Parts: sequence; C-alpha cells; structure tokens
Amino acid sequence: MGIVSPGFRGRRRPAGATELPPGQYLTEDFPVLSAGPTPRVPLDRWELLVTTETDQQYRWTWSELMSLPTESPVVDLHCVTKWSKLATAWEGVSLDALLGGVETAAEYALVSSYGGYTTNLPLADLLDGRAWIAFRYDGRDLVPEHGGPARLLVPHLYLWKSAKWVRGIRLLVRDRPGFWETAGYHDYGDPWREQRYQGD
Amino acid sequence: MTGERIDDYLDGNDLAGPLAELFAVDVTVATGRCASCGLAGPVAMLRVYPHAPGLVARCPGCEEVMLRLVRTPDRAYLDLRGMLTLAIPLPA
Repeated sequence: MGIVSPGFRGRRRPAGATELPPGQYLTEDFPVLSAGPTPRVPLDRWELLVTTETDQQYRWTWSELMSLPTESPVVDLHCVTKWSKLATAWEGVSLDALLGGVETAAEYALVSSYGGYTTNLPLADLLDGRAWIAFRYDGRDLVPEHGGPARLLVPHLYLWKSAKWVRGIRLLVRDRPGFWETAGYHDYGDPWREQRYQGD
Repeated sequence: MTGERIDDYLDGNDLAGPLAELFAVDVTVATGRCASCGLAGPVAMLRVYPHAPGLVARCPGCEEVMLRLVRTPDRAYLDLRGMLTLAIPLPA
C-alpha cells in the first residue's frame, strides 16, 4: 500500500454518475459546429506551419507529420454551447513532438485554420502532453466535418480552442485574440471554471 | 420567419430576430456591401451559419465574413468589419 491515503483520491460520486463541468449536459452523438463552409484540403497540398515571434518558420507536410510518433488520447470534450462528450478516442501527434525543436521565447499561440478561423491560447497549454494534431477519430480518418484531415485537439479547454482544419500556429510574445475571442468569448476558456465569455 | 435551410447554412432572414434586439429598423432589408469583394445585396441574402458559438453571416459571393453576432447573458457583441456599408431604407 502506498503512502497516500485513499481518502485523498477525490470526491466520491454515486455509481454511474458522470461528473461534468458546470452548466454542461451529456451528449452521445457528436454535434457539428461550424462558422463557415467546410474546407476540403487535399493531403498532397496540406501543410502545417509554425511561425515564431522572430518570423522563423517550421513546416511539416502530411507525409512528414505521418512519420512522427503518434499517440492515442482518450479525452472528454466540452463545447461552449453546453454539450459534453466523454471518452472520445483520437490518434494524433503530440504538440510536444512538433514544438520540441522550435526555438522560441513566446508565451502565446494564435492557431489558424484552412478557411480562415483563428483561436488563441497560452503556448504552455499546447505542451506537456495536453494537445495534439489529431487526424483519426474513433478508429477512422478524421472527416472534414469534424476538422479533417487534421485538427488541433486541446481537450482541457472549451472545444472552440481545438481548431478544426488546423494550418498554422503563430507564436507570439503578446496574446492576440482569435475569431470568437474578439467577439466576446473568453481568452482562456477553462470549462471547469466556466470561462465562456469575457469577464467570466 | 425562419430562413430556408441550404446545405449547412441558412439565409439572412434568420438574422431578423437576433438583430431586432439591437436595431430600430429591420436590418435584413438593408443593403450590405462586402468589404472583401464589394458585392452589394440585401442582408437577407447573406449565408448564415447558426451552428456555432455565435451567428456568422457570410457574403454569398466570396464567402468572407460580413457580420458576426454573439449574445452573452448580459450583452451583444456585433462585428460588422466585413460590411463596408449598410444602406438602410428610411421614410423620405
């Protein structure tokens, strides 16, 4: 038996009960949310571009992305429109693997997508095994409606941060709000603190 | 009135209700000019994507964003950056 008492393992909850962030409800299907037409990106033209605060660029083609070690995270998703979906199974490349060789002193990231969408988050939230470039969902290639061929997956923040059709990550010294963040949504978006809107 | 559903977007008539909360006139009958491609037409003809954290209305010509509206519990955020002008009919 370990030193840590079982009493410190957290709140006990009734069998079968599911703990959700405040204000969320459970859904079994996978709603499709989109602020525009669904981009169709051929794999031979797909690229991921990381640009540092000194304009240094790092680029991965699809085949280069596929050659990197993959991980298979099983994570809960929380959408700011109040649905949550639990234990979703993904396959992707950790941002640690992609950003490990990038020289930067930046503290923020502005993620951009094919189609023009953007979202911002602290660079630290993309690291330490908490974010992936995901290209398979539930054992299949990620369909365009859910962000295929590849999307960002940052499940500890509201799902609008997990940019579909991810194309670029710009590393910034100062935070720069993205598409929904300039229209009233929270800069950080922690579902457990219910940070939906500015001021929450 | 609910706009016709076309693929995954609606027409601009679906902006009437949410914008009526902000404007004294029916903005859907106004003529908006796209800041990106210059196309002018009634706001009712914009392509509205409602399945999102806010309403996003795009130009039917170039698909750039012309209007965004986010309604929080205590305020509305209206972004008209993509709308070069909005010509609103008024009584002569």
